[in-house]
Amino acid sequence: MIENILLLLQNPVALLDLVLQGLLVGAVFALIAYGMALVWGVMNIINISQGEFVILGGFIAFYFSQWGISPLFAVPAAAGALYAIGWVLYRIVIYRVVDKDLFISILATFGISISFQQIMNEALTADVEVANHGLGTWSFVGGDITVEQIRLVALVFALLIGVLLAIYMRRSRAGQAIRATAQNPRAARIMGINTDQVYARTYALNAALCGAAGALVAMIWAVQAYGGLVYTVRAFMIVILAGLGNLVGVIVAGIGLGAAENLAGFILGLEFQIAFVFGLLVVVLIYRRIRLGFARRVLS
Amino acid sequence: MMTKFGLINAAVLGTAIFTASSAPGVAVAGSDEIVLGAAVSKTGKYATNGKHTINGYNLAVKHINAMGGVKVGGKSYKLKIIYYDDESRGARGAQLAERLINQDHVKYMLGPYSSGLTKAIAPITEKYKIPMVEANGASRSLFTKGYKYLFAVLSTSEQYLASAIALAAEQAKKAGRKPSSVKVALAFENDAFSQDVRAGVIEDVKKHGMRIVVDGKLPPELNDMTAILRKVKVVKPDLLVVSGHSKGAALAIRQLAAMKVNVPMLAMTHCDSARVIKKYGKKAEYTLCASQWAPTLSYKDKIFGSAGDFSVTFKKAYGYAPPYQAAESAAAVMVYADAFARANSLNTGKVRAALAATNMQTFYGNVKFDGSGKNIAKPMVLYQIQDGKYNVVAPTKWASSAIRHPTPVWSKR
Repeated sequence: MIENILLLLQNPVALLDLVLQGLLVGAVFALIAYGMALVWGVMNIINISQGEFVILGGFIAFYFSQWGISPLFAVPAAAGALYAIGWVLYRIVIYRVVDKDLFISILATFGISISFQQIMNEALTADVEVANHGLGTWSFVGGDITVEQIRLVALVFALLIGVLLAIYMRRSRAGQAIRATAQNPRAARIMGINTDQVYARTYALNAALCGAAGALVAMIWAVQAYGGLVYTVRAFMIVILAGLGNLVGVIVAGIGLGAAENLAGFILGLEFQIAFVFGLLVVVLIYRRIRLGFARRVLS
Repeated sequence: MMTKFGLINAAVLGTAIFTASSAPGVAVAGSDEIVLGAAVSKTGKYATNGKHTINGYNLAVKHINAMGGVKVGGKSYKLKIIYYDDESRGARGAQLAERLINQDHVKYMLGPYSSGLTKAIAPITEKYKIPMVEANGASRSLFTKGYKYLFAVLSTSEQYLASAIALAAEQAKKAGRKPSSVKVALAFENDAFSQDVRAGVIEDVKKHGMRIVVDGKLPPELNDMTAILRKVKVVKPDLLVVSGHSKGAALAIRQLAAMKVNVPMLAMTHCDSARVIKKYGKKAEYTLCASQWAPTLSYKDKIFGSAGDFSVTFKKAYGYAPPYQAAESAAAVMVYADAFARANSLNTGKVRAALAATNMQTFYGNVKFDGSGKNIAKPMVLYQIQDGKYNVVAPTKWASSAIRHPTPVWSKR
């Protein structure tokens, strides 16, 4: 571990490169996390099947590249397809658990997650698949810093979707209805908002965000039917860090996590990269608790 | 042609009807069937290779049955396999082995996919004294426990990439350098199989006095190799060795290219099961891949013909070229068929004795077990991806092409 730190200090360019690579993909994690925060905040559901939505989006990108279409087009296509799937899932499963105990909805979405894994494995492929985007890599400082164009595209996509989402939530009637429902569903219903429809839309929107992120994941790394869990965990981590309903916070936390993860992977070893995310989660939760303790004392 | 297919169909149909009419849960279904049991990963992280395993088993069964099945005591028996899905989990695999033996009354087992699963199942088959011929558990630790009923047709994992180290030493000498000046980077998944491959590599690294500059472990839930490849980029090794099943192979090649990490020699496992040539085309060139088998080898048998013939037959049946996982699985079934015929009995003790005395050639290679049950008659081969093809470059006896070395830097590829 110490030798790895020394190695980084001797090679500050490598450090910079590592952070940069992480920053660029962090926005992809942020997309997944924002969807999770949305569903959590509006519907009080922690959606465990985020990762499977991501992988499904990734497979759509894979099939696009199989058919000879640039998988970049799969980003909107996967978003569209997953929106529809999210809507259907709401109508079949989610509406039954929306105002139930948190534990029940976690079980339900966990069930969706397992079902999706098996369905993808049986119906699509059990293989590890990638989507070939045909974009290159820019090299700087004699090749010591590399910027994959696809990572930059991912960042742009993620930020663009973030901005569109912010406008949608603030300006459009539908977005305002979502926010109103999040604040107080009962009052929203009295005001004539069809909260059932709001929930369906929210859940579908979340699936769409995951789908878009998944298409990017298949272009940067690889997807496999059972590889979704890490994305759910990362999203959960980011939401805990940033809090609900805080788009800017989610993006900052996502990007920060991307960079921190890479550094942890380098210094602690790759096998501890995901363990680091879990560890960070515990630390944040403890910190939150301590802060909460302070707040209570001040109030009393 | 038509009649031949008609016959096969009739045979398959007959078997199906017979199975359907027999009581469920009885493995020795009738007087004309020998039932083998297997728990193989259809789901979970080994699903890809589990599929190759099942396809290999099925193809061998189909061909052996089409050629009249197995003759025991003057009577012809057809082979049949009962499968369960072990979900890529050891505990589930062990449970299913118990079920196969106790409820389905299976008397002969075929192996699962992966060393980890084989490790979980072997104690069960041993307990019930049921022979298991396995084709996909290569970990050395399987053969140090004194198992009497475990037989493996494949080379053990410490041999997988050892020839890559020898090759690196050879190339260093050719370039006028001492082999001890070679710097090696290792990236191995944290599982039984890959860690065993690593042990074999390290043994050879020490033999040549080489220096290990990166010794990284890959997590089972691997999804990004940026961190470790960045380290490789800093320390500039002469040889990078990667073993992380299909996902490790797929990610390593993609990310090495994307991050423009230059390594003169890259050796890994599972290239063919990850189908890296199809995925990455030119980016996969120069990669060295450990393989249990290659279609260009000159082994032969009466059921499939040559290694090349097997490749053609397999491709016709399943629509893709057989990775070695499928070839070795087919060989396991052939070993059973051979043992039944030689034992001339369906008594498990006699079949076990016949298995232990196996000495045969299959399209996959020679099979002869030592006292611990591992196959000692077949070497590993090392492919290099050259012009979109897998060409055998080591060991010299089997090499069909010369190695291309060193790999040019990315800016010149």
